[in-house]
Order: sequence, then structure tokens, then C-alpha cells
Amino acid sequence: MKSKLYDKIATIYFYVVATLLIVFLISLISYILYQGRTRLNIDFLTSPPKFMEVGGGIGPQLFNSIELLIITLIISVPIGLGAGIYMAEYAKPGLLTEIIRLSVETLSSMPSIVVGLFGLLVFVTMTGWGYSLIAGALTLTVLNLPVMTRVSEDSINSVPNSLREASYALGATKWQTIVKVVVPAAMPGIITGIILTAGRIFGEAAALLYTAGMSSPALNFSNFNPASPTSPLNLFRPAETLAVYIWKVNSEGLAPDARQIADGASAVLLLMVLIFNLLARWLGSSLYKRMTGER
Amino acid sequence: MTIDRKYEMARKRQDMAGKVIVFTSAILLIILVISLFYFVASKGLSTFVKDRISLKEFLLSTVWSPDRDIPAVGALPFILGSIFVSVFAIMISGPLGVSSAIFMVEISKKLGQKILQPAIEIFVGIPSVVYGWLGLSVLVPFIGKHFGGLGFSLLAGILVLTIMTLPTITSVSADAIRSLPIEIREASYALGATRWQTIRHVIIPAAKSGILTAIVLGLARAFGEALAVQMVIGNRPVIPKSFLEPMSTITSIITMDMGNTVMGSVWNDALWSLALLLLLISFTFIIIIRLVGRRGMYK
Amino acid sequence: MKKIEVKDLDLFYGDVQALKNVNLSVEANSVLALIGPSGCGKSTFIRTLNRMNDLIEGVKINGTVLLDGQDVYKEVDVIELRKRVGMVFQKPNPFPMTVYDNVAYGPRIHGIKDKKKLNEMVEKSLKAAALWDEVKDRLHKSALSLSGGQQQRLCIARTLAVEPEVILMDEPTSALDPISTMKIEELIEELKNKYTIIVVTHNMQQAGRVSDYTAFFLNGEVIECGPTDQVFYNPKDKRTEDYITGRFG
Repeated sequence: MKSKLYDKIATIYFYVVATLLIVFLISLISYILYQGRTRLNIDFLTSPPKFMEVGGGIGPQLFNSIELLIITLIISVPIGLGAGIYMAEYAKPGLLTEIIRLSVETLSSMPSIVVGLFGLLVFVTMTGWGYSLIAGALTLTVLNLPVMTRVSEDSINSVPNSLREASYALGATKWQTIVKVVVPAAMPGIITGIILTAGRIFGEAAALLYTAGMSSPALNFSNFNPASPTSPLNLFRPAETLAVYIWKVNSEGLAPDARQIADGASAVLLLMVLIFNLLARWLGSSLYKRMTGER
Repeated sequence: MTIDRKYEMARKRQDMAGKVIVFTSAILLIILVISLFYFVASKGLSTFVKDRISLKEFLLSTVWSPDRDIPAVGALPFILGSIFVSVFAIMISGPLGVSSAIFMVEISKKLGQKILQPAIEIFVGIPSVVYGWLGLSVLVPFIGKHFGGLGFSLLAGILVLTIMTLPTITSVSADAIRSLPIEIREASYALGATRWQTIRHVIIPAAKSGILTAIVLGLARAFGEALAVQMVIGNRPVIPKSFLEPMSTITSIITMDMGNTVMGSVWNDALWSLALLLLLISFTFIIIIRLVGRRGMYK
Repeated sequence: MKKIEVKDLDLFYGDVQALKNVNLSVEANSVLALIGPSGCGKSTFIRTLNRMNDLIEGVKINGTVLLDGQDVYKEVDVIELRKRVGMVFQKPNPFPMTVYDNVAYGPRIHGIKDKKKLNEMVEKSLKAAALWDEVKDRLHKSALSLSGGQQQRLCIARTLAVEPEVILMDEPTSALDPISTMKIEELIEELKNKYTIIVVTHNMQQAGRVSDYTAFFLNGEVIECGPTDQVFYNPKDKRTEDYITGRFG
């Protein structure tokens, strides 16, 4: 029977493709971690980079990445959640809803370099802030908003209607129902989504080249004056991130150990992303379990 | 229960305020898109309005020498570069991505869920500079050594983008295949079809519009990717004549030159025009996806 | 002549036993109706006859199912089996293709390429399913545009086009309106001249109207099986009588 033979061949083909993909991913990750292994130490993670000499670290870049991530999330999560609530609970089918949906889709497929240029024009030049942490955070917010909106909308949509009806039947207003019943029920999905988008923000570079800038002034961690250029709390200082640094080291790196620095920084970046991924998985399932009373 | 009038009023106001807040958040998205178009267009059009360069020259000329006394800003090499690198990448990642999606949903659900799905999510999560750095430190020397040339080449760009678009295509087409009703699979098996016959004659045709969406999304991602491509293609403003020659794309030239040019110069304006072109192309992709999606049968 | 014989059949979903020691036989060119309350194992049972349960993970089957004396789990290839034992599902499930392609699907996957032959088979099957007159002008329109009743008859035509010997029907009219139901019942009456039919139904009147034999399932067991008249008017088991007279379930 010919059709059975074809079926066998096809099955083998699909297994081969899937296996190759997995093997490729595993070797990719192990290669990056192996290459960067010598740099995965406290010294490299905390010390500042050196100019024209061996042994620089990625301390300020790593710190900037984390700070930028936190600020971006502080701005984009409430707005994205709000927009998601609107789309899931209030939006009626019609022109306006269609336009919002089209906007979300357009924004989420926008090349990040274009968003970066928009940030350069609006948050860097027009505001007069120059290359700064805040300009970078606002630019990343533009990138993150559509993702956040979609994640919230999807999570809220998956909350069963019976919960809403139960709340209404007790005399709750729509807003009370949303705040006290719907959003808490959607929380596991929303939190998983936030952590996954955090990974993406953490690794973003193209949108930051011309917004948060490609330089990082030395930071003094005992300086708590937000107006001082060396204070970590200053939102208006240039803030090169880890991802941007990897790019810069490669294109204009002057340190003799540029290659090792890039290897180390890549390994750190990859590890962070893996941690975000695992955290999202673990947190998502444990929140879900707690809510359904399995634990 | 007695009704507290004051509390009822407060509750009503709160209800209204909540609605206004979430509505404003949603409207902000529209405002963002409009201002994005407005600002990029206002800069991007000055090449044609202020600098008097014809649209035809910009789109069809291959001469890019914006730093001369009489600047020439023919962007054709970049446009073609972007098209080559992303279309060839999709030609590889498309079939592979759809195959792995089929594996995940139709061949082995268990392995798919336990291994392939998490793997795909990790693939998506790896930052593009890391892909670029790997391309630069592994792929480029490899190509240089075994195929000749410097290694910085169209081929390197294609391979990097293949890896980067694969997870997008896999996960979107897997979703499309997963959403097909179980009944049509049962119907096919009940008629004595093999699994491969069911996949080929029922599953793939039924998931056609979803798979097409996946391909277009992959293409859009490839077209818009900047740093990973820029790091491996060699950045020479010419149309490559073979897979092994260096080249440029729209995104790579913007990445390279934006920092070196003065705002308001012809050179700078031309880069903004390229950004505008990129914006319009990505918007076109979205429209295509919407049109394709509307033809889906099970939605 | 016995077309199908089932001996000592047990079926487990993981640890749950869904069928217990089922023994049944089906005469060729007759209609057997399976009745019983929902969840009693009727649908699970007919899915063992063409091995559709193979698609579900964690299903374990003991016992034998014989088709013309051959063990379908040991001696018959599963593809071959499904070609010989066709199935019509509870919910109409046409493929998202044209009417024509739906019916031609079976013959095509079994290797028929000749255009003329295919045309003939499609027409013959649609006629046999009493659908030809309604769709002959829209053969190349999407099958999803047909009404529910038409879709179900299309699914029957699709099954007939493979030229099976046995047709399994899993509550084929439960999703349909009374007129479509009537049409399908008439169809079953006609089809039994050529095919052996097993139909699951929760509708007692339907079982009475269309079947020659009736088997009553309860909690995964066959309580009683015999000529329909006897099972309906002179049941041997108290539980059968209670069910038929509507005193339980």
C-alpha cells in the first residue's frame, strides 16, 4: 500500500525536523553559556567597563537594564491593563473598536528601529531631554503597550462569564465587578504575560540606540540626589543597557578583550531571559493552582 | 439591607471614573499610532518636499552617495537588500516552521507540549543582539572559511533571519492548526485516511489562512529586524550579485548612519524617508494579515 | 449471516472501565439500534468497531471484535478497516472544502484519480444520500454553506463514496430539525438493502422506526439485545422495561 509508505516517510520527516530544532536550540544555548562561562562572576557583573584595556565589566549596563525595565513596566503596565480592560469589558463592536484593534496590531508589528526613531524625535529632541533613561523608558513603553494590552485582554476574556454574573447578581457595579472579580481572576495570565514581555524589554536594543543612548556615565551608588548626573536615581542621564552594549562593543569596541566581553554579556543576557521564562512558567502555574484551590 | 444614598452616589461616580480611565488608555493607543505616522512622515517627506529629490530617484536609483556636494540618495540597494534577505529567510523558515507546528499538534502532542513548545518560547525570547553576536562570531567566520569571501554576506543575513523567524511562524501556525475542530480529523480517519493524508488534504487546506498569516508575520519580523542583520551583512550600499557578497538593508543603513548625520541634512532626511518606507511596509503587512484572516473558515 | 461479532469486550479509559464484557452480534444487511441513557457506553462501543478509539490516549481494550470472522484488532489493517466500516458522526462535520471535494475525498485518498470515475462516484453517493437534487447546482460551493440537515446527508454521502460494508451512525440526527431527521430515517431504511447499519440513538421512537434489532446499554454493559419488536414490547429484563417505558433515566 503506497499511502501507508508515504505516511511512514512523512512521520519520519516530521520527527527529524522537530529533533533538529531541539538539538539546534540546545547547542545554541550551551554554546553561548560555554563561551561566556569565564565571565559569569561577580567582578564582571559589577565592575564598570574599561576603555582600551583588558578586564572591564558590565556593572553600569546591567544596572541600567534593570532600572529601565522597572521604569518601563511602571509606565506601561497600568496603561496596557487599562486598555485591555476596555477592550475586553467595554468595547462594543463598531468602528472605534476596530480602529483601536488596528492600532494595537500596527504598533505591535512596528519595527523597533522605527519606534526608536520616533522616540529620538519626540522624547529626545522635542522634549530637550537628550539621550536619557526616561526617553528610553517612554520609547520602550510604545513597544510594550500593544503587547501588554493584548495580554490583559486575552486573560480577561478567558475569565468565565458566570463569575461576572454572580457579582452583578449581588448588586455590584460594573467597575466593582471588574476590579474585585474579573481582574483578580485574570491575574495569573496577566502576570505571566508581564514577565514574558519583561524578557523582551530586557533584550531590546534597536529602539534604545538613539533614545537611552550609547554611553553610561559612572554611577555613584551613594548619591541619592535625583538631579545629580552620577546618581542612579537621575532619570535624565544617558543609560546604555546591556543589549546596546553588546552591539556597541562589536561595532566600535576599543577594548582588546571585546570578544570576551561580548561573550560574557551575551551569556548574562541569555541567562536573564531564561530566568524570566522559567519564572513566568512557575509563577503562572502556581498562581493558577492557588486560585483553583489545589494548594 | 438599608441603602446608603451617599455610598450609592460614590459608587456610581467610581463606576463612571473607571470607565473613563480605561477608555482613555485605549484611546492613547490610537493617538500613539497617529503621532508615530505623523512625526515619521513629517521628517521623511522633507527629502521630497524640501530637498526636491524625486520619489522616482529615491525608490529606483542605485546611487547612494549622500555625503557628496550634490548628494545622491538612491535607496534601491537597501530596498532590494531588505527584500532579498527576508524573502529568502522565509523560504527556509516557512516550511520548517509549518512542519514543526504540524509535529506539535498532529504528530506528537506530548513531545510538542513538553519539549517543542517551551523550546519555541525560548527561541522567541533570545534577544536579537545575541543572535547577531552569534552570527558575527560563529556564522560569519564559518562562511568566510568554507564558502569564500569575508563571510559578511547576504547568506549570513538570511541564516540569522531564518532562525529568528522560525519561532514566530511555528507558534502562529500551531495556533491555527490547533483551533481546527477535532471532528474534521475524525471524519478523515473514519474514511480510512492515513495521518499524512489527513494532514495534507484536510489539515493544511483548512488551516491555510492561519498558516499564511504566520508566514506574513514572519516576513514582517524579518523585514523590520535591524541589529542582528546589520551585524552580519557587511553594510556595503550595493545590490549583492551573489549570496556571498556584502550588502545593506533599509534597517541596517538607518542603524549605521543615523548617529553620524546632522538633523536637516539631505543625508539625514533620506534616512527618515527610509524609516517612513519601513513604516508603510509594516502597515501593509498588517493590512494583508487582516485580509487573509477574514478569509479564515473557522473563526 | 453474522457481519460483526463482539466477544467479551472490555474497554478502559485509564482506570475507568467504560465497557464491561460486551457480547453482541450483528446480522448482515440489518439495522441495529443501540439505546440507553447518556454516558452508558453506546458511543464508546461503536467507536471500537472502526477503531476510532485508537486516536484517544490512554484507551485499553480487551476482547475481540470480528468483522466477517476476522479480528479487527489483530488481523485487519486499521486503514482497511475504516474503509470497510464507515462512520457518520453526531455533529455534521464536513471538511471546509466544496461539496464535491468532500464526497470525492474518500475515493481520492484511496487512489482514484480518474476524473470521470470520480464524477460518477460523487453523483451516485449524493443520490444515495438523497441530497443530489438539492446540491447538484452548487457542487463547487463550500460545504459549510449547506444547512445542518444537508451537511449531515453530505457526511453520509461522503461515507458511502468509500463503498463501505458497514455504516456506524453516532446519534446522526441529534443535532437536526424534525424534517431533516425524517429524511435521514428514510435514508437508513433504504441503505440497509446494501449495508449493515449500526445506529446509536437516544430517541426511542427512532429506534422503533428504523431498526430490526435493538441493544440496550446500561453502565457499559449490554442488558438486553434482540429483535426490536421483542425488546420494545416484550423485554426480558426489568431494567429494559423501565427504560423503555420511561420510568428511569
